[in-house]
Amino acid sequence: MTIENPSLNLQADWSYDPAPQSIEHVTIKDSYELFIDGKFTSSKDGSYRDNINPATEKTLTKVAEAGAEDVERAVEAARQAYEGPWSKMPAAERGKFLFRIARMIQERSRELAIIESMDGGKPIRESRDIDIPLAAAHFFYYAGWSDKLDYAFPGRQAQSIGVAAQIIPWNFPLLMAAWKLAPALAAGNTLVLKPAETTPLTALILADILREAGLPPGVVNIVTGDGELGRQLVRHPGVDKIAFTGSTVVGKEIMRALAGKGKRFTLELGGKAANIIFADAAIDQAIEGIVNSIFFNQGHVCCAGSRLFVEESVAQEVTQKLRERMETLIVGDPLDKNTDIGAINSIDQLKRIQAYVEIGKQEGGELYQSNCILPDTGYWHAPTLFTNVSQSHRIVQEEIFGPVLAVQTFRTVDEVIDKANNTPYGLSGGVWTDKGAKIFKVTRNIRAGVIWANTFNKFDPVSPFGGYKESGMGREGGVEGLLPYLNLKTNTQ
Amino acid sequence: MNDRMDVRKTHKMFINGKFARSESDRTYNWTTPDNKDSINICHASRKDFRDSVSAAKNALSGWSARTAYNRAQIIYRCAEILEGRSAQFIEELRAQGLNTEDATEEVRQTIDLLVYYAGWADKYGQLFSSVNPVAAPYFNFTVLEATGVVAIIAPQESGLLGIIAAIAPTLVGGNTCVALISQDHPLCASSLSETLHTSDVPAGVVNLLTGFRSELIEPFSTHMEVNALLYFGENNDEITQIETNAAENVKRVSICTNQDWEDKSSLSPYAILRTQESKTTWHPIGF
Repeated sequence: MTIENPSLNLQADWSYDPAPQSIEHVTIKDSYELFIDGKFTSSKDGSYRDNINPATEKTLTKVAEAGAEDVERAVEAARQAYEGPWSKMPAAERGKFLFRIARMIQERSRELAIIESMDGGKPIRESRDIDIPLAAAHFFYYAGWSDKLDYAFPGRQAQSIGVAAQIIPWNFPLLMAAWKLAPALAAGNTLVLKPAETTPLTALILADILREAGLPPGVVNIVTGDGELGRQLVRHPGVDKIAFTGSTVVGKEIMRALAGKGKRFTLELGGKAANIIFADAAIDQAIEGIVNSIFFNQGHVCCAGSRLFVEESVAQEVTQKLRERMETLIVGDPLDKNTDIGAINSIDQLKRIQAYVEIGKQEGGELYQSNCILPDTGYWHAPTLFTNVSQSHRIVQEEIFGPVLAVQTFRTVDEVIDKANNTPYGLSGGVWTDKGAKIFKVTRNIRAGVIWANTFNKFDPVSPFGGYKESGMGREGGVEGLLPYLNLKTNTQ
Repeated sequence: MNDRMDVRKTHKMFINGKFARSESDRTYNWTTPDNKDSINICHASRKDFRDSVSAAKNALSGWSARTAYNRAQIIYRCAEILEGRSAQFIEELRAQGLNTEDATEEVRQTIDLLVYYAGWADKYGQLFSSVNPVAAPYFNFTVLEATGVVAIIAPQESGLLGIIAAIAPTLVGGNTCVALISQDHPLCASSLSETLHTSDVPAGVVNLLTGFRSELIEPFSTHMEVNALLYFGENNDEITQIETNAAENVKRVSICTNQDWEDKSSLSPYAILRTQESKTTWHPIGF
């Protein structure tokens, strides 16, 4: 197969006019406070952290930094609310709160999308079309479970656990808050949520929604701060259950901290997903799938398809088409509706990605980066791919959490299954082929919790999500997503 | 006839489908509660455990790929064989201090437990899997799969029912396992191995070790090829040690108590779910 015009220069031949999302109707306050016991409150010691827009490096606002005493207050408020109104409320009424919250997220969706993009750097198209609608959908889905829990697990009576502490990452701030809060509330628990230190704003707007929705004080408390605050929550004796989404390193630290404590926990950790392209796949669709698998959300995705496996006979064609497609990706202003790849979430993350790219080069990988022009200020990384790498390379083994793809080839189905499974992770995987039987052979043998066949990076509240092996334990989404927040009793207990 | 010397059994472990002594050649001396007999029981080493994990790992893909119907029949076959050998197990349980009535009851309960879980093999998946109505044109379904290699620290209080209550749901779910038999009630280990061996349980699917908890908890909980661990007991120091070590490869640890096996009300498919992972698959609808 010959490529007609491999030097097609889309930058020169076509250009897009800016299509900026208006931010007129969005107000970002001068400061944001903790949300404890239904009230916005400054932290006990009055400290704040500056909140940076990663696309401009400018300070957006400042956010209260919670300390140990604030954790006490939040856990106490959650306990009071659990023993008070929330556990006494009829389940159907509990559900109606969640339905109402879902609706109010929809009503304020554009505001939430804009602030999400300003706070975290993700393209407005993604926050507008994916993050925020899915967050609302999660509340809507779990709302209906509230009064149907006894049908969820046959032969068992479902009971709430108590106070849960929930720690979420910066890659999908509001969506992760929804993944955590909605099933936990439907199951009748009360919560202390800790957003990531770089992306707390939409969670605090959600707090405003919860307040407006009339949710009883203390049912959801939101404390903002860094990893140390997370540690305090994990160790707090008044917390009955921990739910964490983040890195595998921290997940293991949480497991050690909870050893022997008899506390329930669920972990959604890192990944290094294999995305497998067979020669009989619809190649052009697969190219779109590859782009989506690794460049979606700047590659800040735990389930990103960061290891690409291409059947040898089409490897040249696929990598060539992929390079051409990468040239068309628009990197830049997250608030421009044309933008495909926004800002890297923080300077720390940018440095981490750059360090991995250096490692990849030193280990002999062949680097290709698109010729996009990166803005002068802000944190940016061009879409990057490495060929000539093998299983032992660090960029193949370790999670980079950025727009960096490592490409390998294979000849047989068994070979690629072995290679795909040669990782301590097991969160997700992808397979592209036109043959149904091959899909089932591969999807059955990949040791991962979510597999996309002829698609990638699709999410839905009814669809369980979570990992095998070192990618975590427990599922979020679907019926199974209720399980982490319930005690199952036999009818005699 | 009275002067005939009885032929005593050498008590061995069961590793990779073979009856084996410890590679360390160590034994510990176990005395019957009535102090009449003293028996040498294999004292498993860390190396025995590692060999067992290799065997279990090798057996995993074959066992988990078998049809649920086939796994059901093999586990039912274990019940059949155990029924035929009831007298032998009753005798061993009596030697470990039970009266005849309790020994008979434990054997019957064990057989019934095997029959119960055999029946679940092709059903729990139907009950706990799902087709998920996503809000887009995709077919999306969730199925259960085996967690992998499971290390089992069997209940100390029982020589037969406890261990089978741990193993049966693990096998039904397509996992393979390495189990440490009760240190205080080790006599059934060999007979149990013979039962598994004659029931078409493939080599390596179940590995049975005898030895000391205190010594083996460390390798059981640190081994990187072990995906899950079932601990039966209430010793918080042991639980803390296990759960701390489990972090190294994010092992799934289940802390089980006597309530999880002692009586019939403990039987449930939720015991199978302890060692299951759910996998969700997406595929577009249309072309």
